[in-house]
Amino acid sequence: MLKKCVFTFLALLSLTLGAAAELRIDVTEGTFKPVPIAITPFDGGGDPALAKVAEDITQVVRNDLESCGLFKVVDPNAHIQSARDVMTHPRFPDWKILNAEALVGGLLKRNGSNFQVDFRLFDVFTESQLTGLSLGTEPENWRRVAHKIADEIYERITGDKGYFDTRIVYVAVSNPDSATNVKYRLAIMDQDGENHQYLSSGNTDVGTPRVSPCGTKVAYVDYGLHKKDLPSLRVFDLNSGRSESIGTVDGQRMSPRFSPNGDHIILSSSKGGATSLYKMDLGSKKLERLTSSTAAIDVSPCYNPEGTQLVYCSDRGGKPQIYVKPAGGGEGSRISFGQGAYYTPVWSPRGDLIAFTRQNGGTFYIGVMRPDGSGERMIDSGYLVEGPTWSPNGREVLYVCQDSSRGKKGLCSIDIVGFNKRKLNIPDQAHEVTW
Amino acid sequence: MRLKITSLLATAALALSACGSSTDECLDATGQGGALAAAEAAAAAEACVPGTVADFVDNVGDRVFFDFDKSAVRADGLDTLQRQAAWLNTYGNYVVTINGHCDKRGTVEYNLALGERRANAAKEKLVAFGVDPARIKVVSYGKNHPIVEQDGSEWAYQQNRVAITVLD
Repeated sequence: MLKKCVFTFLALLSLTLGAAAELRIDVTEGTFKPVPIAITPFDGGGDPALAKVAEDITQVVRNDLESCGLFKVVDPNAHIQSARDVMTHPRFPDWKILNAEALVGGLLKRNGSNFQVDFRLFDVFTESQLTGLSLGTEPENWRRVAHKIADEIYERITGDKGYFDTRIVYVAVSNPDSATNVKYRLAIMDQDGENHQYLSSGNTDVGTPRVSPCGTKVAYVDYGLHKKDLPSLRVFDLNSGRSESIGTVDGQRMSPRFSPNGDHIILSSSKGGATSLYKMDLGSKKLERLTSSTAAIDVSPCYNPEGTQLVYCSDRGGKPQIYVKPAGGGEGSRISFGQGAYYTPVWSPRGDLIAFTRQNGGTFYIGVMRPDGSGERMIDSGYLVEGPTWSPNGREVLYVCQDSSRGKKGLCSIDIVGFNKRKLNIPDQAHEVTW
Repeated sequence: MRLKITSLLATAALALSACGSSTDECLDATGQGGALAAAEAAAAAEACVPGTVADFVDNVGDRVFFDFDKSAVRADGLDTLQRQAAWLNTYGNYVVTINGHCDKRGTVEYNLALGERRANAAKEKLVAFGVDPARIKVVSYGKNHPIVEQDGSEWAYQQNRVAITVLD
């Protein structure tokens, strides 16, 4: 999960209105109707520069909320009150006629060289304010302010943390099917695809990136110059923009993943035809072996949020399957039993589910199951869907998707209930992804 | 065009059969081909110099193919590795890197491990045939670096399930 703090201040706004049973959605069922929400165009207070920012913020808040599939934005042309009026005296009966269940208004004003946004979220049926915030920041951070507002609305109505103010790291690939000019680069972007930026030049190949718990570092593998170097394990610091090598390479190391407290990483290393799990202390760089088969492939390790258990992929039983083992030691127990093979298990940040890639015949699937292997269900399938990663609130998974052999490798996200599949807009193609 | 290909194949066959004996005969043989471009002639000529990279690639065979999701060396691969070992035992100055590759029908991480297992399986056979293990490095590219364009054809899948012995 990638987040960083930019806000100079943040204050609660309150408006005294009647209190009643409030608007709340619970998305645990397969069928779900999005909540109609009216987001009035934020008001720039007559300042032309602020008017543009207000318009942009409104658009991003609408995009965020509609993109997650839980909200339906009420057509702005039907609006019957301005944001300024909504902020002070919302006419709830009129909004009810439009079937809006939630109502948002916002005002911008200058605050020295910075600006301030006040916004309020109302429950139309109970005629009450659900939340109100005042956010101040520098003008260049307008987009993040918009994501913060969408996060607050999302959290207030769904009860889950919002994930709009987060970033995604992925491996961008050019010409993935080519035998001569395939190119891999580490890249980062906002969760909605904005602010796309490459973090590596593409001179060397990179792979298996994972973000640290605090969101400031990315562990990955640099394969070095093609056909010249051996792979090395590295950590990219997003604050400094610098990358450093951690430890020396003995065997082929990959899939580094930070422990929940960030003090060590777990990884896989291949040697002599076997791939085993290891733990590396980030202080001492000391390596400790966690699985010890001399023939099996044990790969893609991931902790549960408490750091007490590990889930990983192993072919020790013949085919690749998912196993869970205690982090402190002890045998792994197999939890996947369906047809075909299972790969890339990732534990939900909520702890309740494990997402995975499954391959059966010529089809790939993204699925979820409980940590004891029960409740398995597929949430997407296709020519290629692989390598899921969780939204920070455990509500969505994001993965690499490709429609056909010659199709582009993109990034898709889907709600864990299996609805609202979306394709992200990226400049090139995608090879691997981490949220 | 058809004529040219036929003559090229015939020339290659001549070059191969001539290789065991002497370089001069090879050059003569390529000369007879007539239709060969200069560069092709030069490459064919080099392939005939025993102990060169081209000799190893063209006359011994640098690649061993695998079945889908498998890393067991097949009978055809065993023959190739036997020839590789004999060659490496003759030309003891070379060290090699075996690159493991996989087709695109799999996940990135598992395929990196599978590629390593394939390359290692080839290494083990070379060692069994008498090559010093200290001369052999192993690297996996998984499905990340295709050997031929991955166009979704069965042939392309097959070509990419491979361990390639590269002379360093």
